[in-house]
Amino acid sequence: MSNITDLSLSELVSNIKNKKLSSQDVTSEYIERSKKSKNLNTYIEETFDAALKKAKEFDSKPDLNKKLPGIPMAVKDLFCTKNVKTTASSKILNNFIPTYESTVTQNLWNDGAILLGKLNCDEFAMGSSNETSYFGNVISPIDKDLVPGGSSGGSASALAAKLTPATIGTDTGGSIRQPASFTGTVGLKPTYGSCSRYGIVAFASSLDQAGPMTRNVNDAALLLEVMSSFDNKDSTSVDFKRPMYSKDLSKDIKGKKIGIPKEYRVDGMSEEIEKLWDDGKNYLKDCGAEIIDVSLPHTKFALPTYYIVAPAEASSNLARYDGVKYGFRTEGNNLIDMYEKTRSVGFGDEVKRRIMIGTYVLSSGYYDAYYLKAQKVRRLIKNDFNNIFQKVDAILTPSTPSSAFKIGDKSNDPVSMYLNDIFTVPVNLAGLPGISIPAGLDKKGYPLGLQIIGKSFDEQNILNIAYSMEDKINFKFNLKEWWMNE
Amino acid sequence: MNKDYLIERNGKKYEVVIGLEVHAQVLSESKLFSTSSTKFGSEPNTQVSLVDAAFPGMLPVINEFCIKQAIKTGIGLNAKINNKSIFDRKNYFYADLPQGYQISQYKDPIVGEGNVVLDLASGSKTIGIERLHLEQDAGKSIHDIDPKNTLVDLNRSGVALMEIVSKPDLRSPEEVNVYIKKLRSIMRYLGTCDGNMQEGSLRADVNVSVRKQGEDKYGTRCEIKNVNSIKFMQMAIEHEANRQVDILEEGGKIDQETRLFDTKKNETRSMRSKEDAHDYRYFPDPDLLPLEFNDEYVENIKKEIPELPDQKKSRFIEKFNLSSYEANILVSDLDISKYFEAVIENSDVKLSSNWITGELFALLNEKNLEITESPISAKNLSKLINLIKEGTISGKIAKTVFEMMAEGDKNPIEIVKEKGLKQQSDPKELEKLIEKVINDNQDKVKEYKSGKEKLFGFFVGQAMKVSGGKANPQLVNEILKKKLK
Repeated sequence: MSNITDLSLSELVSNIKNKKLSSQDVTSEYIERSKKSKNLNTYIEETFDAALKKAKEFDSKPDLNKKLPGIPMAVKDLFCTKNVKTTASSKILNNFIPTYESTVTQNLWNDGAILLGKLNCDEFAMGSSNETSYFGNVISPIDKDLVPGGSSGGSASALAAKLTPATIGTDTGGSIRQPASFTGTVGLKPTYGSCSRYGIVAFASSLDQAGPMTRNVNDAALLLEVMSSFDNKDSTSVDFKRPMYSKDLSKDIKGKKIGIPKEYRVDGMSEEIEKLWDDGKNYLKDCGAEIIDVSLPHTKFALPTYYIVAPAEASSNLARYDGVKYGFRTEGNNLIDMYEKTRSVGFGDEVKRRIMIGTYVLSSGYYDAYYLKAQKVRRLIKNDFNNIFQKVDAILTPSTPSSAFKIGDKSNDPVSMYLNDIFTVPVNLAGLPGISIPAGLDKKGYPLGLQIIGKSFDEQNILNIAYSMEDKINFKFNLKEWWMNE
Repeated sequence: MNKDYLIERNGKKYEVVIGLEVHAQVLSESKLFSTSSTKFGSEPNTQVSLVDAAFPGMLPVINEFCIKQAIKTGIGLNAKINNKSIFDRKNYFYADLPQGYQISQYKDPIVGEGNVVLDLASGSKTIGIERLHLEQDAGKSIHDIDPKNTLVDLNRSGVALMEIVSKPDLRSPEEVNVYIKKLRSIMRYLGTCDGNMQEGSLRADVNVSVRKQGEDKYGTRCEIKNVNSIKFMQMAIEHEANRQVDILEEGGKIDQETRLFDTKKNETRSMRSKEDAHDYRYFPDPDLLPLEFNDEYVENIKKEIPELPDQKKSRFIEKFNLSSYEANILVSDLDISKYFEAVIENSDVKLSSNWITGELFALLNEKNLEITESPISAKNLSKLINLIKEGTISGKIAKTVFEMMAEGDKNPIEIVKEKGLKQQSDPKELEKLIEKVINDNQDKVKEYKSGKEKLFGFFVGQAMKVSGGKANPQLVNEILKKKLK
């Protein structure tokens, strides 16, 4: 048998089910590797001892009917975990220990998974490079100068470096798919309403969605199956019949119509990305799918729309971090002074920037011109997709306009940073499912991803398409493990 | 009473224009968006869920019962029920507002225009309702326990309120009094708000402006925030209207502003001007989908609506031949109307009405009791009324019996028996008694016969006195008239 940490989630599950491996074998291997990988700065909180204890408990009376039997897993630090510090990578929550568990993580534990620790991310999930975290930026295992992407950068990095067999992230404008693309991993953002938002630190409520980040498509299907549930504690959770995504996974996509939106061929896009996209089309044709050119005319408004809607909601969602009830506080001379000092010190620059943008676009006199207009454009973007989905079953696009950039390259230029989300943001605005799969390497040898966008609640379809493409692409990345301490 | 309420200054008359935003706490077991209890008077911070305290990742979930209560209230206000409404966030920072925003309804409230009919001494008047919307209450900041810190109690945080906004149709403190009482009465009938102002279940923001009599245009208004008793509302209006008239008379101009009523000094003072007004940055709450229901949903709620005060009043007038005034008093409070209906089940309506609004109300007033705490049960009052009606006791004796009944809800029939208070109605006995009175007062008889007819009352009084109050006054009258001819 190869190294335990080289096995995919699905392989680990079957090995445990076949009693070839115990939960303790797996858990201790991952802990060992995580301990040697501190250079990547992926963990904010480690729960290794508790994980080992739980693994032991699991092994003492293993329930092999569980979907994730005794599988250790580290998760993004945006999910509230009972009795385990949850910070959203912010100073303002650096001492916050929830007394409750998010629905999504609870679903994982209910199905046998074990918490390894909490993974670094951009502060309040605001960022595309994991450079806005109060706990420092995360290093990509791809190359020491590279960002892992964001906001689920710690998750992507830990996954790619094999510090966790799979992980979960949240995606508000691309925060799962973009880091997956940057690190050569699979990231799925489900349809809005598929995974409960209960217990996830909110960034932009109408866009936030949790999803799986895995080493392959099969793992993503399995993890989504466990994560997704109807939850009456989240009013936007949708009660639909959830398929058995992993069981129903199929490579038969013959006759599927795949749309290629011309608006995604943006100015200045590199030839590498063009080629990647073309290769993608060819793989699909090889699988028997039909390629159709389509138009999503409002695409160019998606980014400005997103950067109005998301900060507007964020400015309100983050108002609760005021130093009064929990979290970090700086004393002040009076209530207002305390608020100002607490929030000035407690939030980082990017978060403050978005709170200010959000406050501005909602303020009286500007509301109609910004927020209301953005909502109208959002509707048009949705309509674009609805129209296209009359003709096609899914859409293929690049995941990002480029491969991973260097740490510090964009951190002083917010707009160029925001442009990184250009292909992922429309999907959130329309509430649709999207998956990024590794599809090739650029000249520098860095991973590139392709994105498949589906109809609402049609995750099975995009998983199937991704599954058959994965086979054709046969992506390989030779991880050099340069970061490991012995 | 019929005169318009006007403020006179330098020979000019000013009309006062008032609109109210009433905050009525929805009668419900749990809060608007969480399952915490709404019980009043519990230890601070014992009824606070993670949602109420705005912990990270917590989400609101609508309490359907509160929605039904709001719809019911809307029906009671003859208002349009909106099949689609939207919850918005009203953003502002305060220590007792854990989320940093209040979930309220802004552009699309659950209830639209309606009206309330007031019975005033001058006749009835219809007050327009602009809207009713649902919102969360904030917590309570307590500034006077700790000298250095403000303490916060979140028990109230998230409790459902209905904000009922009237049109600027009210014209006097008295109309405000009647309006609030009517609103409270309707909600109590519906069981949607207990209207308990002492516990803060009913509070109001009062908008006041003045204009010269006969003018069409409204003056600039000031809003007096959070007044929690009818008396204070009236005092605040009176003060505020006079303050505005003074300014205008001095050639000044009213600034639109929010003011506070200082109950100790009996004056309003500026809280913030229009320029300093909060920018609440309202926007639809993305955690909640638009609230939608169909007509059938509303129709089903309509079936649960009980007889409301206006309908009950009409029935009392038609069926029992009560005056509008009497009917009004009897229906104004659901419990009073219930008491009345229990009494008249077996007793004369007119006498019942008189005794309830007269003796019983006086007694309750004196003892500061609600009708539900009445020391005399409806059943026993009904018996007392029957004793009067049958002629067993006189009205005067009945008052004595009533007083005895008040000391522990005794049965009037037994009191009469025990104390021998039965009315003397035997004509022969009474004749003897009256002859004695006449014989003992020959001088008065002479005076009477020489034309001093006022003395008739004196003889009645004497006869009653001799009988120990038990003589049937009607018979005494008849016999006396005969004997004194």
